[in-house]
Amino acid sequence: MVREKFPKFVFMGASLLSVGITLAILGFMVALAYPLFARGMFWKMLIQPWSPDQDLFGLGPMIVGTLSIASLAVCISLPISCGVACFVGIIHPRGKGRTLRQMVEAMTAIPTVIYGFVGIFLLVPLVRELFSQGSGMCIFSAGIMLGVLISPTMILFFIQSFTLVPQPYLNAADALGANTVQKFFYIVLPCAWKSMATGLILSFGRAMGDTLIALMISGNAVGFPGSLLDSARTLTAHIGLIIAADFDSIEFKTLFVCGICLYAMTGIGVILVRFLAGKGRVK
Amino acid sequence: MKSSLWDKGFHLFAWGCSLVLVAAVSIILGFLIVKGYHTLAPSLIFGDTPFWEALLLRRQVFDGLFPAMVGTLCLIVLAIVFAIPLGLFTGIFLAEYASPKVKWLFSLVFDILAGIPSIVVGLFGFSITLFLHHCFFDRLYPCLLISALSLAFLVLPYMIRTTQMALENLPMDVRMTAPSLGATKFQNIFYVLLPASLSIIVSGIILSIGRCAEDTAVIMLTGAVATAGIPRSVFASFEALPFYIYYISSQYADHSELMKGYGACLVLIFICMILFVLAHWIKQRLAQKLLYRS
Repeated sequence: MVREKFPKFVFMGASLLSVGITLAILGFMVALAYPLFARGMFWKMLIQPWSPDQDLFGLGPMIVGTLSIASLAVCISLPISCGVACFVGIIHPRGKGRTLRQMVEAMTAIPTVIYGFVGIFLLVPLVRELFSQGSGMCIFSAGIMLGVLISPTMILFFIQSFTLVPQPYLNAADALGANTVQKFFYIVLPCAWKSMATGLILSFGRAMGDTLIALMISGNAVGFPGSLLDSARTLTAHIGLIIAADFDSIEFKTLFVCGICLYAMTGIGVILVRFLAGKGRVK
Repeated sequence: MKSSLWDKGFHLFAWGCSLVLVAAVSIILGFLIVKGYHTLAPSLIFGDTPFWEALLLRRQVFDGLFPAMVGTLCLIVLAIVFAIPLGLFTGIFLAEYASPKVKWLFSLVFDILAGIPSIVVGLFGFSITLFLHHCFFDRLYPCLLISALSLAFLVLPYMIRTTQMALENLPMDVRMTAPSLGATKFQNIFYVLLPASLSIIVSGIILSIGRCAEDTAVIMLTGAVATAGIPRSVFASFEALPFYIYYISSQYADHSELMKGYGACLVLIFICMILFVLAHWIKQRLAQKLLYRS
């Protein structure tokens, strides 16, 4: 009996440890940012600008920067991913589509830092020449590169959700003489949109959480960005840039506020996904 | 007629998008290859040092990628050693022991862990180091061990998910045979279920290795530096390939250093692709085995 119980406790201990780590990450950050909560600065910081000269350590510009870069990336990636997913999932399920799908899968293995590197030495000069304004390190460049980075995630998710559409429905549509576009809009989209929305949310989370591309090619200026060609700093890049190891300084504590923001945003995304999945499972 | 026009437009749109994507990938890879292929030589990795002396660690390599590659290797090995038992056990618990409610809650937590940006995990590692440094060990600085631990936390959810999925998708007859012969639950897991799902788990582990090899954000905050040589202990700082690429892109001094950056990019892509193909191959072989057995 003991021999049966022992493994169970080991397995349970391991999972409790894993859960503990997840909670410890949040706990650690809240604990280290606690003085800011206690002084009631936390909520104000989320909208204030960043100017240490005037004792303002707000993260407003970083939050705006994060959201604008991630949204631009999703806006670029969404139509392309839709098109590619239709190509692979509906128009050419074999042959060309399979090759394309393998390429998309291989894209997931390309390291982020590579995208950043190519962004710096290829895209940034191009953008600088094209718009002849600023250094070329701007929201626009970062958004494009990030769009390329998240498209494999999105495409694979879309293809996955197309396969959840019941085959009899598609056969029925074929029998009624529907063409591809009708099949897509009247059968596939109504059946698969929830699962596609899941993919969209997860890709948005991925775009927000990416550090290297934003750090390398968005320019990292701390002002509120005014246009797409302005340089901006994201929350992730802000964490990556700070080297101050002084436990007591406010600059150092703002890092943990960034961390809490990112944790909260991605966490809400995951819970939203859960909610979508629980409501309408296509099976 | 109108609908056929729509149909054509739709096809055109799908073709166009696919071409844009293929073009983007080709441009990215082509750019690196065109700029960097002539750096691909033994001297890129070993510098001026003869390679057998470098491999035997008899002489230090100063102007090559060798220390960065060794650093990445050490990092991967350590991180995977930490992550495998934890991920495997947790996956087994979720698939075989947990009640539906516990499973729901725990997998929600692991989904959140999977969604946490890697830089936040790095920040966690960094703040733990500072905390320990202030409170317990004066001589602890960001180092290989901390980086490896943080990376292990990063890949943990993938490991858990793969193990859980592999176990849950086993067919009923595989699952039932051993218990009907009188095996205990643990014997069943250890002798039947785990071996049967081993290839999927292994391919998941290989994909996790790929993630360890490419991640930069975590190690940036937890101890990777530009020049450290080969790490002497787990408490030393280290070099790593992705960090080297990042460092070169922002701080390169001259043309030859930049060229070495291109070379490093190609080496890193090559390593990641090999890992990816390996994982794929193992999965495919499993699929074939299942196909021909039944």
